[in-house]
Amino acid sequence: MTSAEIRAAIIDILETIAPDEDLTNLDDAKEFRDQMELDSMDFLDIVMELRKRYRVQVPEEDYENLVSMASTVSYLEPKMVDIPAE
Amino acid sequence: MPRDFLKDVKDKYDVIVIGSGLAGLTSANILGRAGYDVLLLEQHYKLGGMATWFKRPKGHIFDISLHGFPYGMLKSCRRYWNQEIADRIVPLRGILFDNPQFTLKTTYDRASFTDLLQSKFGVAEATIKEFFDTARGMNFYDDQNLTTKELFERFFPGRNDITRLLMEPITYANGSTLEDPAITYGIVFSNFMSKGVYTFQGGTDLMIGLMKDELEANGVDIRINCSAEKINTEHGKVKSVTVNDRDIQCRSVVSNANLLTTIFKMVGEEQFDKDYLEDAKAVRVNNSSTQVYMALGPEDHIDRDTGDLLFTSTAERFETNRLLSRDITSRTFSVYYPDTRPHDQRERHLIVSSTNARWEDWGNLDNEAYEASKQDLIETTLDALEKYLPNARERVVYTEAATPRTFYHYTRHHEGASFGTKFEGLPVSQALPSQITGLYHAGSVGIIMSGWLGAINYGVIVSNEVDQLLMQ
Repeated sequence: MTSAEIRAAIIDILETIAPDEDLTNLDDAKEFRDQMELDSMDFLDIVMELRKRYRVQVPEEDYENLVSMASTVSYLEPKMVDIPAE
Repeated sequence: MPRDFLKDVKDKYDVIVIGSGLAGLTSANILGRAGYDVLLLEQHYKLGGMATWFKRPKGHIFDISLHGFPYGMLKSCRRYWNQEIADRIVPLRGILFDNPQFTLKTTYDRASFTDLLQSKFGVAEATIKEFFDTARGMNFYDDQNLTTKELFERFFPGRNDITRLLMEPITYANGSTLEDPAITYGIVFSNFMSKGVYTFQGGTDLMIGLMKDELEANGVDIRINCSAEKINTEHGKVKSVTVNDRDIQCRSVVSNANLLTTIFKMVGEEQFDKDYLEDAKAVRVNNSSTQVYMALGPEDHIDRDTGDLLFTSTAERFETNRLLSRDITSRTFSVYYPDTRPHDQRERHLIVSSTNARWEDWGNLDNEAYEASKQDLIETTLDALEKYLPNARERVVYTEAATPRTFYHYTRHHEGASFGTKFEGLPVSQALPSQITGLYHAGSVGIIMSGWLGAINYGVIVSNEVDQLLMQ
């Protein structure tokens, strides 16, 4: 997957996790938490969805990489490079 | 020959979940949904653990712990269960406080508290905001030495009345005290007190029924009347569970039994490191409870203005250790109106009085003293109810009491604990898989994982770890 495809995948996951949030104006550089109401369970759900959909493992010590869209995509890039886009 | 509750059970499962409290149920559901072979074992004949109810002749249905969970339940039920369950979560609007320091009614959300603290308690708006923001911003990794008492003292020095307003419901909900770490208050508070108090419309029986349907749809093998006796290990790994004299193989175990029961009775001391055992032995179980169940006659009704949750006390000041005393001064009345079960044509009004209690005051009484103490609990509760329900004694047509012994009987929790363990239980629970590969614990621990929402969410957190292990 390219970084653009990874970004689209994350948006898709966020839409299921936070259906009430409008993600069209999401600023990739800013922390998710400053832009939408996400609690620690929501971050866990992102991790679980990544594993379910793409079999990507995110160990607990790496959770801090998921703070913003930009950091999430750059963290996932090497892990997802061999995964074909849907 | 007695009935075989394990009839046609398989020889091996990916996961065996021991105990069907909300944490166990949720773990079983998530792992079943993910496609694993899951066996759920419950020692009682009903699923739900402390999320339970009972029926009595003449149409009375009593809920044990239905009233008063946080808004977060809605999201967790939608995501980890289904929309049908989430759709039945509705707010309770009448929360009443009545004690020698103040009497007030609130919808129990941040706006209401901000308003009350200004108008009735004379606190500056900036202080209130700072307090709410501080509590909300608290994190598991923050300083654990600051106690809840010190937190209140910092923002509202000398104001025992404000402490009472902000703390009494939390103590009722999870057994925490002013001596517990402030972060436990902050984390619970941010979940609990910003958006009001909720209940499940339809009753605990309907909720657990819907959960059972969902579990079955996800292929979970559910077995009641099956008491797991032993978790067997080999080379530091989970191997099987002994249940009703049978050994069932498994790749992992999620124990929703009490943490100490899991470590010391089901696994056994010899399987753990010395340091871990020391930490485990130092874990204090939380207190237990007493409850008195009271039903009104079929023609009678309670005025809606009475409220849904009544935090009442005759104690001059608020002290959490007094809340545990057998000399009861504080009672929480949950009032159940007919809309608790809108489908039930009988339209019953019921009240459940809850009080935190110590095992020592009940566990060792002989039978005669125990029965007398129970009767005294019922009588004094009826006296206290009089103020909120005029002529209560004549109008209540059915009464029954539950004590720490009752909670022990149904849940097998050490000392009848109704809120799991104190704060130190959480790291011990979390470290279990580092001691025995494939063994996890999910259930009420460390106060913040307590209550219906805490239990469900901890079940999710643990399922995530199990999934990670099983996928390898």
